[in-house]
Amino acid sequence: MIGKFTLSAIVAFGLAAPAIGAGGDGHVEDFEFSFEGPFGTYDQMQLQRGLKVYTEVCSACHGLQYVPLRTLGDEGGPHLPEEQVRAYAAFWEVFDQELDDFRTAKPQDHFPESGDENAPDLSLMAKARAGFHGPYGLGISQFFRGMGGPEYIASLLDGYTGKEKEEAGTVFYENTAFSGGWISMAPPLEDGLVEFDDNSPNDVRAMSQDVAAFLMWTAEPKLNSRKEDGFVAVLFLIILSVLLYLSNKRLWSPIKRRGADDA
Amino acid sequence: MAGIPHDSYEPSTRAESWLHRRLPVLSLVYDTLMIPTPKNLNWMWIWGIVLSFCLGLQIVTGIVLAMHYTPHADLAFASIEHIMRNVNAGHMIRYAHMNGAALFFIAVYAHIFRGLYYGSYKEPREVTWIIGILIFVLMMGTAFMGYVLPWGQMSFWGATVITGLFGAIPFIGEPIQTWLLGGPAVENATLNRFFSLHYLLPFIIAGLVVVHIWAFHTTGNSNPSGVEVRRGSREEAKKDTVSFWPYYIVKDLFALAVILAVFFAVLGFMPNYLGHPDNYIEANPLVTPAHIVPEWYFLPFYAILRAFTGEVWVVQLASFLTGGIIDAKFFGVLAMFGSIAVMALAPWLDTSSVRSGRYRPMFKWWFWLLVIDFFVLMWLGAQPAEEPYATFALIASAFWFFYFLIILPLLGVIEKPLPRPDTIEKEFDEHYPPDGSASTKSVAAE
Repeated sequence: MIGKFTLSAIVAFGLAAPAIGAGGDGHVEDFEFSFEGPFGTYDQMQLQRGLKVYTEVCSACHGLQYVPLRTLGDEGGPHLPEEQVRAYAAFWEVFDQELDDFRTAKPQDHFPESGDENAPDLSLMAKARAGFHGPYGLGISQFFRGMGGPEYIASLLDGYTGKEKEEAGTVFYENTAFSGGWISMAPPLEDGLVEFDDNSPNDVRAMSQDVAAFLMWTAEPKLNSRKEDGFVAVLFLIILSVLLYLSNKRLWSPIKRRGADDA
Repeated sequence: MAGIPHDSYEPSTRAESWLHRRLPVLSLVYDTLMIPTPKNLNWMWIWGIVLSFCLGLQIVTGIVLAMHYTPHADLAFASIEHIMRNVNAGHMIRYAHMNGAALFFIAVYAHIFRGLYYGSYKEPREVTWIIGILIFVLMMGTAFMGYVLPWGQMSFWGATVITGLFGAIPFIGEPIQTWLLGGPAVENATLNRFFSLHYLLPFIIAGLVVVHIWAFHTTGNSNPSGVEVRRGSREEAKKDTVSFWPYYIVKDLFALAVILAVFFAVLGFMPNYLGHPDNYIEANPLVTPAHIVPEWYFLPFYAILRAFTGEVWVVQLASFLTGGIIDAKFFGVLAMFGSIAVMALAPWLDTSSVRSGRYRPMFKWWFWLLVIDFFVLMWLGAQPAEEPYATFALIASAFWFFYFLIILPLLGVIEKPLPRPDTIEKEFDEHYPPDGSASTKSVAAE
């Protein structure tokens, strides 16, 4: 893992051409996630499992350059204890511009950037893809099912058929979720690849959902508190609306000749 | 300042008198808040307050965002993520700004179509209307430049496509485009000037809003009956009006609170619903997104822009007559700006002396077709430029011009309007009879 983070990756990330484009015509399954709907929140244990899948598998090629390591300790996220965050951070090497060299990461550093120039950064991937578009491209389904970003990621990871083909020296793997049906990323997961401390299921399907949930958190770390704020604001405004409605009715009743007792 | 006779401001304390003799600012506030307003205004007259609120919201959230944002091509995208992750409440402020733009446009379209239905643009409110259209155009410019600032894929490619429109102008197009961009393509110089202008334009809009309000406070508000407030005497005027404060301010605040409840539900539960996922990918000049789609509020005009291709006979005719100076691309640009220009000219294109659509039996149908046309164009603007969408877009775009250039002038001549009430008071009394019969009815209903 160490030593793969070269400066060229920073430049090359901008050139990562393949998987760009907001979702597409592949099949995206509507997975159930704990954070769906107005009251849905992240499942802390699932985020921790997803972090483990990311760390042991995805991070070999993909970075999370916008995510500060310290946020792993934030409430509403994986919520690791402080010493675990410190220990986890020490696991990474980052490039320090002042030292002009690599050094062990501290919690205030970000996750490293992608190590493989063809692998896009995953920080925002769950918001950069829409799994659902219909009907007729109106996007109304997103209103009920969400944008479908994490569903897209889980569907992609779980969507390999096992077929492959070679074109111009590159191997492509058939994938039911990927636009066009053939993806250059080799199937990253296999059943039992990652062992979870809590003995949760670790088949491809379960791990796909765990890491998709984790990537939703990296893309939208404030989701839990945002929904709480939204709920408070809506409640407050409904009360305010009722008061203003009654005030307005009372105010206008003499103008509309409805009599004082009517207000 | 208003033409409607009304009680004027009298300083009631010594301090007020002192100030009034030196600067009559309290008088200005009084006249603005106490302006006589037709008492029959319906719920479509609430959008003014919503729009004022939106402008304030955008300016306040925008100022805070600008404190944390970095207008540089290499740093802009990361600075947005900094705002989303590290700035206190930064994610809420940014989502409020993003969705505030959407609410702004929902409100402005409702406001414009209200004006079109009730003939608010007609004599003597043409200046109010024209300034309103100017504000709308500036809003579009501001929103477009604001969308470029996060420096995502759609920011970058949207900027490339839209500034390319200026490149379509014959002869001087390319120098203009280069001048706008600050270089041969969208780059750091473009981002910097867009940031500067995005900060400037809202204040120009605010200035125009003052003029907009000044103009209709001079003519008086229009109203759903289209009948003017009587101005013979103060007593007569009072029968047709109520003062803006408290009657309409409380009503408008109620409407605003309901709208904000919905707004905060979107903000809290689905803040990215109206955005485009591609804008969470950093701008990359080497990778073009599969579909370059502007924000939803530009889609109707984007559809008109793309509708006129080289296969359309009107375009071919224009090209032939001008010796090729007007090609398909330039025609599209003209059509897009023209679609807003014909709206601005509505006061002179509409030949009917009847203001309100309520009393125009034929106009009503055409108006609602125009509304449907607007939504169809919005849908088509998001579709790929291929059949059958291209044909639909051409028909829908043609209808837009047909409505303003043919239907509006023609209807005034051939339509037989329904009888209108003589006064606002009469119309109001029909709904709320003075004898109290409505009172008993509404009590029973409760």
